[in-house]
Amino acid sequence: MTVLNRQSKGELKNPKVNNFAMRFANVNGTGSASANNLILKAIFRMGVPVSGKNLFPSNIQGLPTWYEIRVNENGHTARAAEFDLVIAMNGQTYVEDVQTLKEGGYLLFDSSWQLPPEATRQDVMPIGIPLSALCTNPFPEPRERVLLRNIAYAGAVSALIDLDQDIVSTLLDETFSRNPKLRSSNRLALQIGYEYAKENFDCPLPIHLETSNGNAGKIMVDGNTLTALGALYAGATVAAWYPITPATSVAENFLKLCERYRTVEFTDADGENETRNNFAVLQAEDEMAALGMVLGASWAGARAFTSTSGPGISLMNEIIGLAYYSEIPAVIIDVQRTGPSTGMPTRVQQADLLTCAYASHGDTKHLLLFPADPHECFTLTAKAFDLADHFQTPVIVLSDLDIGMNDWVVPELVWDDNYRWDRGRILSSKELAELPKFLRYSDPDADFVTSRTLPGKDSKGAFFTRGSGHDSQGGYTEQPEAYQAVVDRLAQKHQAASHMMPEPVIRLGEGSPFGIITLGSCEAAVLEAIEELEGDGFGIDYLRVRGFPFQKSIEDFIQNHECCIVVEQNRDAQLRSLLLLELGIDPTLLKSVLSYGGFPINSDFVVDGIREILKG
Amino acid sequence: MPSIRKPIIPLAPLPRNDLGLTIRAYEGSMSTLCAGCGHDSITAAIVRAFYELSLPPERIAKLSGIGCSSKTPTYFVSGAHGFNSVHGRMPPIVTGANAANRSSIYIGISGDGDSLSIGAGHFVHAIRRNLNMVYLIENNGVYGLTKGQFSATADIGSASKKGKANETPPIDPVSLALSLGASFVARSFSGDKAQLVPILKAAVEHKGFSMIDVISPCVQFNNHPGSTKSYHYVREHELREIEQEYLPPSIEITANMSVDDLVKVRMHDGSVLAFRSLPNGYDPRDREAAISYVAAARKANEIPTGILYIDEDAADLHDLAGTTETPLVDLEFDQLCPGSAELIRFQEAFR
Ligand SMILES: Cc1ncc(C[n+]2csc(CCOP(=O)(O)OP(=O)(O)O)c2C)c(N)n1
Ligand code: SF4
Ligand SMILES: [Mg+2]
Repeated sequence: MTVLNRQSKGELKNPKVNNFAMRFANVNGTGSASANNLILKAIFRMGVPVSGKNLFPSNIQGLPTWYEIRVNENGHTARAAEFDLVIAMNGQTYVEDVQTLKEGGYLLFDSSWQLPPEATRQDVMPIGIPLSALCTNPFPEPRERVLLRNIAYAGAVSALIDLDQDIVSTLLDETFSRNPKLRSSNRLALQIGYEYAKENFDCPLPIHLETSNGNAGKIMVDGNTLTALGALYAGATVAAWYPITPATSVAENFLKLCERYRTVEFTDADGENETRNNFAVLQAEDEMAALGMVLGASWAGARAFTSTSGPGISLMNEIIGLAYYSEIPAVIIDVQRTGPSTGMPTRVQQADLLTCAYASHGDTKHLLLFPADPHECFTLTAKAFDLADHFQTPVIVLSDLDIGMNDWVVPELVWDDNYRWDRGRILSSKELAELPKFLRYSDPDADFVTSRTLPGKDSKGAFFTRGSGHDSQGGYTEQPEAYQAVVDRLAQKHQAASHMMPEPVIRLGEGSPFGIITLGSCEAAVLEAIEELEGDGFGIDYLRVRGFPFQKSIEDFIQNHECCIVVEQNRDAQLRSLLLLELGIDPTLLKSVLSYGGFPINSDFVVDGIREILKG
Repeated sequence: MPSIRKPIIPLAPLPRNDLGLTIRAYEGSMSTLCAGCGHDSITAAIVRAFYELSLPPERIAKLSGIGCSSKTPTYFVSGAHGFNSVHGRMPPIVTGANAANRSSIYIGISGDGDSLSIGAGHFVHAIRRNLNMVYLIENNGVYGLTKGQFSATADIGSASKKGKANETPPIDPVSLALSLGASFVARSFSGDKAQLVPILKAAVEHKGFSMIDVISPCVQFNNHPGSTKSYHYVREHELREIEQEYLPPSIEITANMSVDDLVKVRMHDGSVLAFRSLPNGYDPRDREAAISYVAAARKANEIPTGILYIDEDAADLHDLAGTTETPLVDLEFDQLCPGSAELIRFQEAFR
């Protein structure tokens, strides 16, 4: 494993137009999210590529929380390593927050109180604004004042970085369209901060914004919303779930979407009009139940899914094996967080790879999909349903907290109205009638998939679904040959699925002997790192894995390079292990750069890690 | 079914039900349970009840967990889809299946270990959701399939085969179900098919969660003297004060009902559940009365059987979830996917 020291990137190059990073240090539960989101969205609307990362604690109120906004004209929006502007609103963390500033950066703080001496730095510019004092008279009610003090700093920031005031104003109107009272108090708070900054400082700062057109054809959204949307578009009708950070908003969004798109008018026996639901969202008693419900619904013929995080995957293991062995489609969304055990529930990791690839006891292997951003949460979740139905097996979509809960700027979604779902080999009554006899696990197709029937339709199609030993006719067995015939076919079926898995994203340069292999939310940091290395005259090829089982193209990429560096966010190099295990390649061909502290990976870390490896 | 080979050709032409089916259509494959196992008698009662109700086999979905009891769905209605799942997890699987396809008739077979230990969490939540299904606990006080350990329904003082007495207090599924708000609670005895068949019929027709705790002796591990789940003990201690009759909708009710019926409950499909005998002043629609009755009987070491409680008006899973009448599995893709134009509109919020 490599020891990574991040070098300082040196002096700030002023002016930094459309290229800077801000960090908002807040107290959890004080409503800072609305101030920070306002700034993020306004930047997005100015056409400047931007990202927002919420680094929040596992807490409802009182603990420190940070929000980071990175603005980058070139579209590099991985997490920043250092900040140009720190908005220090939390007395508990002043000292450490000041340390995250670059040399020559700016420190915005509430000068109603004195900054502790240990929180001052000679090499940064203090911007003291008496936010609390400014808000005392206009907002006498204490709770309101706490909230609006945050809006006031948003006003100050908008002056300092030159946010388009018309956009800010429109955003306020949109947010509070139904609450004029809140709109005017928010507007007042914004103005207080804005004017104070204008009067007392040279606005804008050298780091500031200029309107651009970097966001044409883009949307700004979090992954969990689009995962839910993918499930909606794929035609899922049953969702079962148990609340867990960071997956909760998948099911909650799915419910909201269903309430919007899946309700129908119904006239009851008394002639009264009611709305009825073309969906069922079931809040289960635990994750075993959640996946059990998915299996039941899927067995009955619906498209069904569950969403969870690592602890839920652990609980689901027994039922994942049941789905695999009895060949029942199931879509499982795993929004990964930092493990093991409860771990750090509000922090990110990609550490469920191996447990998901081989989830459950016995010989099991599953289909995995690795979205890299919210856009892919949509496309790959929708695809997961086709794969699950086609291969009659569980499909696990491995998103993560960074993708799932943070707002990303991604290409807008498109939908092909000619698309029809692939329900796989489900026999119709007519097909069934033509068969001499229906045997559940016989007559595999080229993908080693056999046909199934749905309950409730036809007696001839009746069979017994079981997780106990069965033969290719579906009967109970304890015979070695009969048992093996089925599990051997399952292994072949898994391998066959590689032709339907999404192809890896590959970028080849000019014959570099080195490659980077990565997955999921590492992409932004890795691409930025590659660009930086190229700037130093060092070319490196790129491959992002998007699914498991792995395709031949992944093996070829590895074989065609002297050495590949696998960048991932876990301690044990799980992607590297999976590649070695499944492709049977020489372990010396793959090196690792591993980030697993719980915060999203940044490009400096990748660059340093790669330099370190190449040195050695 | 009991472990006797079926004759290939019936000796006399078998009678047929309203669907024109003989009882053979409701049988399954040969039982592999021990000869004399209570579970086989319950299977026979299910076969009889489903035959007499003329249930279309393809509309039946039979599910179970793991255990000797959970093996039995293979032994009835071979023309129905079956699902032998994993230990304790049958209730969620039925929940999902029922959510997806409300038009099937769901019967879940479980054991006392399956429902009250490993699957207790699911069992209680299926009750809370008033999942429309027949839920049968084949209760023998032991883990049959793992060879005779005490289960959570073993009574204090009940002796194991080796003579060791159980000291941990039991969970009584009937009291538990009543306290959780179950809408149909019954107890019966595998040795009493005459009682079990009408209870099963009413359970099928009940809209909601029909919990039947059937005491079902394990001849292998829990049928010895000293056990409170033996045939002998149950016969000695059964308290049979409640007698009920299930009258299908086809029967002209007024003409056929005895004037002595104490309570009549009209079931969802128009059939009638008639209580022919009840303890003095007992109303099977009064939950508190049922709870005290069961508690008093337990104190007196008596085992009350019959339909102890019924609420025909309780909202079931679909009422609570507001799902459409059309089973979700029958919805077409076009009804489910909002399409490209809507996707464009939806994304306006993200700009
Ligand atoms: C997760 C898991 N743990 C343990 C077992 C082993 N096991 C199989 S059946 C059973 C007990 C069954 O008891 P019960 O539900 O009362 O059914 P019975 O055999 O008595 O009818 C156990 C513990 C299992 N199959 N799965
Ligand atoms: S072990 Fe007991 S429960 Fe199992 S089949 Fe034999 S008698 Fe029945
Ligand atoms: Mg038992």
